[in-house]
Amino acid sequence: MKERIISILSNLRPEFDFTQPLNFIEEGMLDSFDIINLVTELETTFHVTIDGIDVLPENFASLESIMNLLKKNGAE
Amino acid sequence: MDLKFKNKKITGILSILPSTIVRFEDEMVNYNFSAAKSLKLKMAMGYNTHHVAKEGQCSSDFCIYGLQYLFDTGLLKKEDIDALLFVSQSPDYFMPPTSNVIQGHFSLKHDIICLDINQGCAGYEIGLIEAFMLLDQDSINKVVLMNADVLSSKVSKRDRNSNPLIGDAAAITIVEKDDEGSTIHANVQMDGNNAFALMIPAGGFRLPSSLKTSIMKEDEAGNFRSKDNLVMKGDDVFNFVMREVPLMIDHLLECANINKNDVDWFMFHQPNKFMLNKLADAIKVPRDKMPSNIVENFGNSSGATVPLNISFNLGENLVNGSAKVCLAGFGVGLTWSSVFMNMKSLKFNRIINL
Repeated sequence: MKERIISILSNLRPEFDFTQPLNFIEEGMLDSFDIINLVTELETTFHVTIDGIDVLPENFASLESIMNLLKKNGAE
Repeated sequence: MDLKFKNKKITGILSILPSTIVRFEDEMVNYNFSAAKSLKLKMAMGYNTHHVAKEGQCSSDFCIYGLQYLFDTGLLKKEDIDALLFVSQSPDYFMPPTSNVIQGHFSLKHDIICLDINQGCAGYEIGLIEAFMLLDQDSINKVVLMNADVLSSKVSKRDRNSNPLIGDAAAITIVEKDDEGSTIHANVQMDGNNAFALMIPAGGFRLPSSLKTSIMKEDEAGNFRSKDNLVMKGDDVFNFVMREVPLMIDHLLECANINKNDVDWFMFHQPNKFMLNKLADAIKVPRDKMPSNIVENFGNSSGATVPLNISFNLGENLVNGSAKVCLAGFGVGLTWSSVFMNMKSLKFNRIINL
């Protein structure tokens, strides 16, 4: 799961290294429109539907938070 | 706030669109996005074409054009209008009220109430509620509700948050007394603590427009806009909608004592396709019962999106038949409002172009 998320993120913003333990939001690596594209990509890749109420910046701030969000929505 | 009305009905909806159409692809060059990212967003958000007013075209021009059409086609008689409501955030003037300007243009009778209401994305529901309250008076039998906005001129062409989706439009809804009407349920909520989540900072009395307010500045996300332009905290608005609107709809339908599955259509304000799909999921209704195609065809025209949505997607179905509809608007104010009603046998439900 982690590798596939990194691949999606890198495809979205190739100028950043998403393997680094950084806060993607605070560091400006993802903006609100990136999050919308990311949600769409994650839903397609992992065959899940992410609740709108969970589309919050903090849920996309790190690889761990993205993985937790996916697991919460049934991804394996 | 829960509201309930008896013996009122909508008898016609006319939506009026500007004939100028702008394509998202033609504007992509203005934004700090790669073409690939822009095209992905186009799919997710439903960006495609939007209709915008020509320079100098005002909200009243669209209303006057629509009213003239209704008079000429015999669908509305001047002497029958007892109240003229104009709901907008782009009035022709600070003073006089645009509703009075429209009354004057047609020399409508003096025994009338003209009222301007400053509301945006929830403006259709707020306008309907006002119309229903007016119709409780013995002397008022027919209310003309006009929702109109020409906000595209207030959006920076280099603001990728707002420009791809903004649209201009007007809608005229005829609301009348109905001896056989079923009960209409409505709900209104407001949160002025977050009033500045959606705003145009300059141009009012607090901060008059000046050379200084017209200076374009870049924000953190790479958008360029001035204080004369509309600015939206998109994340905050999205989260507010996801948090509050499903609760309001559940409550409204509970008050109306109707099962969600028995509602034929959820005709909501049209901010963007992504938000509407997430909203349908959150409310737990099929996405195809909540049309989300207004932004991609016409743009987000604030309070006119719900009637335009009804005209575009339900059209003649409401002239020849009926439907249980749940209407909802949410946005500037912050305001969120909903109406549940049965709509049937409209005299007209169509779109014209100016």
